[in-house]
Amino acid sequence: MDAAVGIPLLEIRDLTIEFATRRGKVRAVEHVDVSVAKGETLGIVGESGSGKSVTSYAVMRILDRAGRIAEGSIAFSGIDVKAAAESDMRDLRGREISMIFQNPRAALNPIRKVGRQIEDVLLRHVQAAPRDAKAKAIEILKQVRIARPEERYHAYPFELSGGMCQRIVIALALACRPQLLIADEPTTGLDVTTQKAVMDLVVELTHARAMSTILITHDLGLAAAYCDRVVVMERGRVVETAPSSVIFTAPSHPYTRKLMRATPRPGVSLRDLLPDSEATPPPAPAAAADTAPLLVVENLVKEYPRQGTRKSLFKRKAAAEGPFRAVDGIGFEVGRGESVGLVGESGCGKSTTSMMVMRLTDPTSGTIRFAGEDIGTIAARRFATLPQRRRIQMVFQDPTDSLNPRFTALRAIADPILRLGDIRGGAALRARCEELARLVGLPLDLLDRFPHQLSGGQKARVGIARAIALNPELVILDEPTAALDVSVQAVVLNLLQDLKARLGMSYLFVSHDLYVVRMLCDRVIVMRQGKIVEEGPTEQVMNAPAADYTRELLSAIPHPPV
Amino acid sequence: MTARAQTGAPPARSSFALLRHARYVIGENPVTGIAFAIFVLLVVAALLGPLVTPYDPLASDTSATLRAPSAKHWFGTDQLGRDIFSRVVAATRLDLGIAIFSVALVFALGGLSGIAAGFFGGWVDRVVCRIADTIMAFPLFVLAMGIVAALGNTVTNIVIATAIINFPLYARVARAEANVRREAGFVMAARLCGNGELRILLTQILPNIMPIMMVQMSLTMGYAILNAAGLSFIGLGVRPPTPEWGIMVAEGAAFIVSGEWWIAFFPGLALMLAVFCFNLLGDGLRDIVDPQRRT
Amino acid sequence: MLRQVLKRLATAIPSVIGVVVVTFLLTRVLPGDTAAYFAGPAATPQAIAEIRAKLGLDRPLPEQFAAYVKDLATGNLGNSLSTGRAVTTEIIARLPASAELTLVGLLLSMAVAIPLGIVAAVKQGSIVDHACRMVATAGVSLPVFFTGLLLVYVFYFLLGWAPAPLGRLDVFYSAPPDVTGFYLIDSLIARDLDTFRAAAAQLVVPALTMGIFSLAPIARMTRASMLAVLSSEFIRTARASGLTPRTVIITYAFRNALLPVITTLGMVFSFLLGANVLVEKVFAWPGIGSYAIEALIASDYAPVQGFVLTMAIMYVALNLVIDLLYGVIDPRVRIEG
Repeated sequence: MDAAVGIPLLEIRDLTIEFATRRGKVRAVEHVDVSVAKGETLGIVGESGSGKSVTSYAVMRILDRAGRIAEGSIAFSGIDVKAAAESDMRDLRGREISMIFQNPRAALNPIRKVGRQIEDVLLRHVQAAPRDAKAKAIEILKQVRIARPEERYHAYPFELSGGMCQRIVIALALACRPQLLIADEPTTGLDVTTQKAVMDLVVELTHARAMSTILITHDLGLAAAYCDRVVVMERGRVVETAPSSVIFTAPSHPYTRKLMRATPRPGVSLRDLLPDSEATPPPAPAAAADTAPLLVVENLVKEYPRQGTRKSLFKRKAAAEGPFRAVDGIGFEVGRGESVGLVGESGCGKSTTSMMVMRLTDPTSGTIRFAGEDIGTIAARRFATLPQRRRIQMVFQDPTDSLNPRFTALRAIADPILRLGDIRGGAALRARCEELARLVGLPLDLLDRFPHQLSGGQKARVGIARAIALNPELVILDEPTAALDVSVQAVVLNLLQDLKARLGMSYLFVSHDLYVVRMLCDRVIVMRQGKIVEEGPTEQVMNAPAADYTRELLSAIPHPPV
Repeated sequence: MTARAQTGAPPARSSFALLRHARYVIGENPVTGIAFAIFVLLVVAALLGPLVTPYDPLASDTSATLRAPSAKHWFGTDQLGRDIFSRVVAATRLDLGIAIFSVALVFALGGLSGIAAGFFGGWVDRVVCRIADTIMAFPLFVLAMGIVAALGNTVTNIVIATAIINFPLYARVARAEANVRREAGFVMAARLCGNGELRILLTQILPNIMPIMMVQMSLTMGYAILNAAGLSFIGLGVRPPTPEWGIMVAEGAAFIVSGEWWIAFFPGLALMLAVFCFNLLGDGLRDIVDPQRRT
Repeated sequence: MLRQVLKRLATAIPSVIGVVVVTFLLTRVLPGDTAAYFAGPAATPQAIAEIRAKLGLDRPLPEQFAAYVKDLATGNLGNSLSTGRAVTTEIIARLPASAELTLVGLLLSMAVAIPLGIVAAVKQGSIVDHACRMVATAGVSLPVFFTGLLLVYVFYFLLGWAPAPLGRLDVFYSAPPDVTGFYLIDSLIARDLDTFRAAAAQLVVPALTMGIFSLAPIARMTRASMLAVLSSEFIRTARASGLTPRTVIITYAFRNALLPVITTLGMVFSFLLGANVLVEKVFAWPGIGSYAIEALIASDYAPVQGFVLTMAIMYVALNLVIDLLYGVIDPRVRIEG
């Protein structure tokens, strides 16, 4: 199965794209060759900065002002995209080639009815006359499975859910029955179950119309599940192109192999994610001395007042609905030296739970017992300066946001030691920080740098070093790798596992991804709408899930063939 | 997403990088450099003032009234024969003084209460917001007129009125900045590290807000100068024969229709240059501290 | 829709209360003898005592406040010392002059500033863009009274195009029959083109002064918010759908960019109402600003207080209109209520 089969619909030859920046010209894409056959679904896979989106913008010729096609050619069904007149390109966009984007809510005009936005495209490409445009728009809404399309026609984007907005964006893209659809990270930011529904819809509609599709994604699993052929890009270059059946079973380029390995999938351990050269045998776990659970949570509840009940002068009665229960009477335990995964989709209450256990938010009711002591009753505001503070620490989701931009890495790591530790500055402090840096694999010469001078992975290491600086007994990991590329994620996850074994800590790992949680955790708790739907040893939950919701979650996560 | 290539980590120390960035901003936008030169000139004039003027700014000379600009009188003379150049230079100290004092006052009051409002929330927030909203319910210059009229017609009261009308601006900016950072990851991390709320406010929030407040100060300096000059133009605050730009323009206004343009023109020009300089400096400063433009 | 309007009206109530309280406090509580202020600088101690009793200043504060509010409710702002006439009638008579000047100035500047801002943002880095940025920075640095004087010098003294800067109408003309109080409109209603031309000639230079003053903030904001909107993702979607530049820029970008511009208008009005006072002084314009200045110089407090209150109430009303306008354009605000 080669690209030469049939006449390619899109043919990119030797494409180089330059961006004018302060530091001179930067080549975002270099000598890229890609072709898409009629009816084919092609995946372009790469980590951030690989040039995969830029390539697709060049196809549409909607690059930023600073970007330009420096070399090469793009031919779309015989049209030279590089040389075509702008008015011809406008006719092409939306009618022959269309695009769907990540972050669907931002991709729609916030103050125009979604139906009108679809009409705009239909009228522009003369796919409908003004008098039947509305009927056509509603028909398209029906095709993307929007319930009650006549009503939704009048909706504004902010009134619709993220998944619904992505359906509208798909409706916009497919309204004029184009030949090629470019989907740029179409499901990033959506919940896994929504993600699956959206992808299935795209596949169904494009197949029914015999369209070609380019799926741009950082997620190998997604590409494997939906693409015929995959192009792997790294730093602006194509490193490998192969049918997806081949690329996942026999990747030929080292980068593809590394990427493949790093992608979490069923049946592999954390060590398997790392390239052979970097994998060292895991240290032996420290023996748990005490069998009494470290953390016991019972009947934990967090309520928030419903929006608009307090402010409004006229709508006092809305308060009768009662407050919104973000966390609704949950209970669980974390043993010493154990790591427990807390899994669920956005809004399920997992983050609120972790903030309460962390004592950054006060619970509405319920108890949080840590090492036998009820810490849930101590006000969050006061807890910061108590000696118990050093025993519970946290690694945050966004490594950039969680570092003070005006503190060096050293200062950030030293902060908890200065406040709660026994070392009072000087050489001893620096020595301790260097020891921590070595422990998390942060090169010592980076200690004097500021956050903006560090990469995402390095910042994550600083955050981890800070969290373990006081030898805490419980560390809460709040999606610690969500903002990281998959290869960096693999390294960070392994680091976390090694540290746990070496220091004998317990982890409460908060995540949306069951496959990531599986590798690090002994037990898993699945949450939905503030309640626990399933709890049990990891292997049991993964292999024989008891709750329908868990099964749904598991089947929704795309992964490469095992 | 991929277009935003990962920025490499320059191995420079931050303070050095900031300096280099400042040089880059001035290099790319030489106007900021010019503004800085005017600023230095203004400061010199304010410090040395009457010491360097060729004539006594208050001395009238009935033999040389309403003279057009010449080599002897660079900016001409007014209806009492006073040298306008000397008066314009001598006025710098008073005009800048009013602006600096009022900006310092409002920075202390508005900035701190805004930060407290944004960080602590609750009743502090409600009180600060209510005060700011009430002041904002007035057209600001009109409120300043009312305040000066009520407090009494003095220069001190001009400073106070100017500070009061700028209060909402400072309080709001500081509040918004503090509020955004209150739930920022690094602030939560600082709580985990055992920092109390006050310490977090001082070590985590304040240093991150200061640059934005400095920009705000520079931008409102211009507005403060304009406001004070406007008040004295309509006869509030400064009284003749004290040299002050606003009142000098007011004195010259009567002579514009008969063609003696220089009496109002030069003090007006000085006023404009001073305001222009602070606005440009503010813009330049913003470019320097704006993290978006920093790599 | 009516409910929305009522809700908006309710949000203005705290502002009105604040304004009333502040204007009360300015006269009664601040240091200085209020009665002496009201009596004027030449008053005898006996006259001051009389005024104190007449104004009720010897009574407790809450009672004074109640009396003050009652007076306000009946439209009584007291009497001017120098003319002896009721402040309310004076202000009502002079208000149209100020309103005509301010509105014409604002319309002039919006007509220039908004297209300028749009073009500058669409053609970023072009000559228009540089011009827009220069106008924006230089414009906010110009003292409005100084611009006024420069324009008088150029258009009256040097070129002789404009009439002398002395009021709304040349002495040879008589004011048109009073309908709206706006000379431009009233003279058209009376089909008196000569008067219209004369009134317009008087108005052009002061209105231009106001226009130049408000040009900068509007142009700056239009450019900035257009730039922000143009780089947003839904514009990329619109472009990727092949919509024409006209649709993208007007229907998609500009309508979204208008939201911050409308918010800025509130601030611009604050500046304009203040600038109005200064411009009226320069052009001897018989509006409420020059009325207040005359009273200030004569230490005649009742007109000043009436002026501050009128301006503030007008400003609150303008902000209300802006809020309503915002709700019309932005559905998100409409729903939240």
